[in-house]
Amino acid sequence: MYDAGKIIIGLIVFLGFATFPIWHDGGKAVSAPEPEITAYAKKIGHCVEPEKWMRANHMQLLDHWRDAAVREDKRVYVSSTGEEYDISLQNTCLRCHSNKEKFCDRCHQFAGVHELYCWDCHLESKEMKKWAATDESF
Amino acid sequence: MKILFPLIAVIVLVLVALAGVDGAHLQTLFGIYIPYAALAVFLVGIVLRVIGWARSPVPFRIPTTCGQQKTLPWIKADNLESPHNTLGVIGRMALEVFFFRSLFRNLKADYDENRTGNELTYGSAKWLWAAGLAFHWSFLFIFLRHLRFFSEPIFFFVPFLETMDGLLQIGVPRLFMTDLVILAAVTFLFARRIVSPQVRYISLPADFFPLFLILAIALSGIFMRYITKVDIVSVKAFTMSLVSFNPTLPKGIGSVFYVHIFLVSTLFAYFPFSKLVHMAGVFLSPTRNLANNSRAKRHINPWNPDVKVHTYAEYEDEFRDVMKAAGLPLEKE
Ligand code: HEC
Ligand code: HEC
Ligand code: HEC
Ligand code: HEM
Repeated sequence: MYDAGKIIIGLIVFLGFATFPIWHDGGKAVSAPEPEITAYAKKIGHCVEPEKWMRANHMQLLDHWRDAAVREDKRVYVSSTGEEYDISLQNTCLRCHSNKEKFCDRCHQFAGVHELYCWDCHLESKEMKKWAATDESF
Repeated sequence: MKILFPLIAVIVLVLVALAGVDGAHLQTLFGIYIPYAALAVFLVGIVLRVIGWARSPVPFRIPTTCGQQKTLPWIKADNLESPHNTLGVIGRMALEVFFFRSLFRNLKADYDENRTGNELTYGSAKWLWAAGLAFHWSFLFIFLRHLRFFSEPIFFFVPFLETMDGLLQIGVPRLFMTDLVILAAVTFLFARRIVSPQVRYISLPADFFPLFLILAIALSGIFMRYITKVDIVSVKAFTMSLVSFNPTLPKGIGSVFYVHIFLVSTLFAYFPFSKLVHMAGVFLSPTRNLANNSRAKRHINPWNPDVKVHTYAEYEDEFRDVMKAAGLPLEKE
């Protein structure tokens, strides 16, 4: 082999990068996060749509809700089981899932959904509670 | 035929994955064994390829240059176009790898009797360069963004890439611009091979297959992200279990996911045996990675035989007396 020094360094760098996740995380056992269901939500017992569907599709449901509310002024959603829900991120989703940090964020951090910009405008429950405490009309 | 055959091959691959997962329930095969095997083939294949190249001697400096070589101090040398030291080589190589500098000089030859008479003309042709760059950069972005599935906590650069890529904040989940760019670029690269008769003539099935394969990978990924959603949390639990060599199959993941990783496995396994190894090859191409210093440094061919020479000086020593007697001129009396 010619230029063995350079070739071997190059190959080590290549293999190092290509297998980096193994060095970084190889030994660790990583388990999926457990989103916490609030006591209130547990009492109701089910989500807007079946849980399995929600896990994969909740963002598209939110997109659909947003378009329905903002573009078509439709404020009521009829679920596949025939129940009616107010179309509202803050008042419907977050009423049951009022523990955003332990629910939405836990999953999103794991799945790498970074900077969910929705909360730039929409309020999280903690802020809503603060607001509700000071504003009579809420 | 040379277009149809690779297209059919990719369709068959998709069907094999679908049949294997939906029909035969071979999730373990498609989710665990094939990806591991493909990665092993990829890594070992690349290493063997590189070692193979490194065994070929490159006795002479053969860089292709297009700038002033280093000569006298008062002549300005171009260290990027005609590198004379390692720094220049690194600079030139970096521009080549990151920006495809030599492809930027790509020209198109044209012969049009009506316009230029009986002459071949050359014109600027930047489309291939632009599409090539768009394709490779979006591939890199997508590849690096996928590392969110293979790290916990997620590598620091992934959030930045996601933010930049989803900057337009179109739709939910956010549209990644690179998804559109890679589709457009691959489509262009494919169209280039069929529209121009010359390029079409020299294109082989091995040129179309990677294009179709990558297109199918991108489409299945895009399908999974924007259309038939999969449960990403379970996917990541699965990919992390692969990383820690403790594979546990996810439950209830749609078959699109298996199609996607089967195509990716095919790509990885195919890589070292195909033109795709240019990823490693670019670093070992002697027309790029050598300094143009033949005039400053002597490079001796390592396999030069030991040639027995008889120099004129020796010849004169041998026949001095005879030559002197015959009155021939001598260099040394
Ligand atoms: C009526 C209360 C209620 C509302 C409103 C509600 N959820 Fe749920 N949600 C639940 C419950 C309860 C579960 C647990 C699933 C189960 O056990 O079926 C759940 C589960 C989920 C899950 C899956 C979590 C997991 O671990 O699998 C997601 C994602 C989710 N909800 C998102 C939303 C979003 C987004 C909205 C608003 C569109 C919403 N939910 C509205 C009660 C609710
Ligand atoms: C620029 C500020 C802004 C951002 C960012 C934003 N929204 Fe909204 N959203 C609004 C406004 C304003 C409305 C209209 C509220 C109304 O008419 O009741 C709305 C309405 C909605 C609605 C229906 C009505 C309601 O009260 O919930 C949903 C669902 C929704 N947005 C989801 C989202 C999601 C999901 C994201 C993140 C991907 C997001 N929004 C980001 C401003 C924003
Ligand atoms: C079971 C885990 C889980 C829970 C719980 C969960 N999400 Fe998600 N969410 C995800 C995953 C995974 C993605 C990313 C999907 C992808 O990358 O295609 C996502 C994506 C999103 C997106 C789109 C992000 C983007 O890139 O534009 C929105 C909006 C969203 N979630 C809202 C919510 C809200 C609001 C809640 C809490 C009520 C919630 N999610 C709870 C797993 C979860
Ligand atoms: C050469 C390698 C690969 C390429 C070119 C590729 C391409 C893509 C593309 C273009 C997307 C669309 C969404 C996005 O851009 O993020 C995507 C999504 C996806 N890919 Fe890949 N992929 C590759 C490897 C892999 C591997 C190895 C896995 C996991 C084992 C994987 C799993 C996924 C998943 C789960 C999605 C859906 C993401 C979501 O819903 O947000 N991909 N892929």
